[in-house]
Amino acid sequence: MTLTTISSNLLYIAFFAYLIATFVFGGAVKGNKQGSFDSEQRWGKVAIAIAIFGFLANVGYFFTRWAVSGHAPLSNMFEFTTAFGMTLVGGFILIYFLYKTPVLGMIVLPVALLIIAYASMFPNEISPLIPALQTNWLAIHVSTVVIAEGILAISAAAGLVYLLKIVDLTKKSKQRFWLEAILYTLVLVLGFIISSSYFNLTNYEAGFQYINKDGKEAAVIYYMPPIFGMNESVPLTEDALTPFIETPAVIDATKLTTITWSLLVGTVLYVLIRLVTRRRISQLIQPMLKNVSSQLMDEINYRAIIIGFPIFTLGALVFAMIWAQITWSRFWGWDPKEVWALITWLFYAAYLHLRLGKGWKGEKSAWLGVIGFAIIMFNLIVVNLIIAGLHSYA
Amino acid sequence: MENLRCQCGHSNPLGTKLCESCGRSLTDKEQNSKLVDMRYEGTARRSQTYNRSIIDKIWNFFSSVKVGVSIIVILLVAAAIGTILPQQAFVPANTEATIKAYYADTYGSVGRVYHFLGFHDLYSSYWFIALVGMLAISLVIASLDRFVPLYKSLKNQRVLRHPSFMDKQRIYAEGPGAEDTLQKVEAKLKELKYKVRTDKNGLLAEKGRFSRWGPYVNHIGLIIFLAGVMLRMIPGFYVDETLWIREGETRAIPEVPGYSLENVKFALETYTGEGEEARFGEALGRVGTVAKNYQTDIVLYQAPKDSLPGATDNLEVVKEYSIRVNQPLKFDGYAMYQMDYKLNELKTMTFTLTDQETEESLGELTIDLIDPDKKYELKNGSTVELLGYYPNFSGFENGEPQTASPLPDNPGFLVEMTTPATPEGETSFITIQNTIEPFGTNQYKLAFQSAEMRNVSGLTVRKDKTLPILGLGGLIFMIGVAQGMYFNHRRFWLQQTDSGDILLAGHTNKNWFGLKKDLEQISVYASLPAYSDQQEDTEKEGELKS
Repeated sequence: MTLTTISSNLLYIAFFAYLIATFVFGGAVKGNKQGSFDSEQRWGKVAIAIAIFGFLANVGYFFTRWAVSGHAPLSNMFEFTTAFGMTLVGGFILIYFLYKTPVLGMIVLPVALLIIAYASMFPNEISPLIPALQTNWLAIHVSTVVIAEGILAISAAAGLVYLLKIVDLTKKSKQRFWLEAILYTLVLVLGFIISSSYFNLTNYEAGFQYINKDGKEAAVIYYMPPIFGMNESVPLTEDALTPFIETPAVIDATKLTTITWSLLVGTVLYVLIRLVTRRRISQLIQPMLKNVSSQLMDEINYRAIIIGFPIFTLGALVFAMIWAQITWSRFWGWDPKEVWALITWLFYAAYLHLRLGKGWKGEKSAWLGVIGFAIIMFNLIVVNLIIAGLHSYA
Repeated sequence: MENLRCQCGHSNPLGTKLCESCGRSLTDKEQNSKLVDMRYEGTARRSQTYNRSIIDKIWNFFSSVKVGVSIIVILLVAAAIGTILPQQAFVPANTEATIKAYYADTYGSVGRVYHFLGFHDLYSSYWFIALVGMLAISLVIASLDRFVPLYKSLKNQRVLRHPSFMDKQRIYAEGPGAEDTLQKVEAKLKELKYKVRTDKNGLLAEKGRFSRWGPYVNHIGLIIFLAGVMLRMIPGFYVDETLWIREGETRAIPEVPGYSLENVKFALETYTGEGEEARFGEALGRVGTVAKNYQTDIVLYQAPKDSLPGATDNLEVVKEYSIRVNQPLKFDGYAMYQMDYKLNELKTMTFTLTDQETEESLGELTIDLIDPDKKYELKNGSTVELLGYYPNFSGFENGEPQTASPLPDNPGFLVEMTTPATPEGETSFITIQNTIEPFGTNQYKLAFQSAEMRNVSGLTVRKDKTLPILGLGGLIFMIGVAQGMYFNHRRFWLQQTDSGDILLAGHTNKNWFGLKKDLEQISVYASLPAYSDQQEDTEKEGELKS
């Protein structure tokens, strides 16, 4: 077995360990009907052992891949996103040892699974580094950022548990709507994974020629049946589906098509869940959280940010500026990725200042924690794939 | 100035909420609340006390956390708006009119509005900079408003506090104690690395007070950083120039007096996917070519000290170096970076003067496209005179040939060829693969033979004297953040009444979970009465009611 296969097998092992641990954590939380914490702790121990095993395999994947490629595996969308899944679990394990909270595992691990699965939708072959990335700052800067984001995300998980516990789901309210919207978004990610995997396994490909925004001819390949067509596109592949709607030249119709397929599949999935269970997803989870301490979730929501914020500052601003100065001759250039790192930082700075005042504990903090995670994900997905700048890796 | 006299006899400055000496509540609001507000130790803050003069009002505005957070949020939203469309620095246009046209042409009406609102250059707009300035003022005032009284208060802490101070703390316990309770608690607290002070029947244990200064330290760091950024406006602190230099050229480095640079060779390497790089084969197969290295081999020269400015003779070699991405050339406080390149720029073009009918050649001439000669002498007294040279020919305007730039990307030549057979001369306009004979058919022509090309390297020249200041600001900020976030200020007050009862109160600025863990250890060791978390209790009551 080559090191490359060992590396990817370790990632599979980690993936399945997280999957199993999710259910064991769920069992630990659900089994605690009487509010006696004995069974929760017993099953919690089994679950955290499985999660740690998975995490070690995940770390094993990381370092074997590093050995094969000769550089820290943080250089493209697949590598960075996978690492984010890994640090998310790492952040959870850290918090678990501080607070012993199986319920967080039940929320964090499935999200980590979604993230790793999302990552593997991107090309995952070992790729060479462009000159700008050929420096140790790649490992230093990106690993610090990804660790910080893993910890900050725990804040969102604790916030989500808090909200799932305290939002009244029997009455119509803004809170109920947005809480369900968060869970619906997670289902949409699953929709993306399912549709990408399906068209990937069936080897779907359709070529088109089109006129790009500079008025020149260009070619493009769709890996999903084209719902949206590029500007003035002409099919190159025989019996390719004719796009339903043509888009103007500034819009990348292939990306729009991918988003639309994910929305379609995710929504169908969501509707199915609703039809089969006759409940909102939040209603499915809420009964399990009866004995969770909302105070503890609020504390973790705050603590995760306290731990993560300095690391984020160091990685995403200080190390980033040092590297930018060496590579691009300026420490700051208002590149979209830089701006969004600053936005993330300002957001958490605002959070920390709001916590000083009264009335921001509890529910408001929980929403803020979730929004923080949304900003991190926005920077990872939208800024990389849509607002292209110097940091575009996919 | 009127002072507030507490029942204990201590005279407090106006605006104090909790007596500096005994901790009794001094305001009605505090007296009626179940828990004491421990933020800033209940000290008199200027912003909370005076609101008369315009200075008070300004001070109060900027010292408010609400205002500070609002500024942060506005900056955040503004920063996000700036990423909706690319900033003008990233668009392929460089004059005001072409930039405006670019936004309108590429993004339609959205682009037009975006440009109209000035969002295309948002981060250097006056309002954005003003917001950052307001944030800086807020950092200073808000910090001073809190730090000064807090520092005084924590420095002058008394051990003994009034029972009404103790029982309004979030963590509180009371109950019977033993004779040696105080000693045992003291021993255990010391073991847990608390600093313990005793006074009569009481004890004050404290740990991590320095963490309270964390926010102020990190704010100082930010102020230093922002000051460093402002210093760049001062001439001499900051140089940012671009130097395009062709292979073989030696040029004076802009804004760097006395230094010149020679470009020996520029090279662009790409990954081959062979040998060591076989592991990248699959990725290269998918994306095609990937750059591996951009490199300019240079020689750095310095003019001797006594030479005239601009003189290029007697240059002394300072350094030979290969400038690569991530490996800038550094000298004398300056740095030069590999930023851009242009491959295969035309260097010379060689023609033969040929008889169009007989194909007989009257000789060869090589035109240097950067510095062409006026006249070229060939065999038998034939000459070619360069009447006009258009390095980047872009077409005719009123019959006159035009050039779009001084770069030899599409050279055009207006020549007069004089030979023994055509002594009055023949005029011809030559561009690549095209010859125009404006005054009828010529006997002779210039036939293109060959061209020489070379690479051009784009280097950035940078001096930034503010970097050490920015680095210092960053370092102080990081120290402050770590100090404030990774440590917390924990305190326990303990008193034993004459009847032997124990009163215990605990407070921390962060991480109540950690404080409770400490307290549990102490309680077990010294058999203290069970404590209650009065805030959690009230919250739970509230939850039950709602």
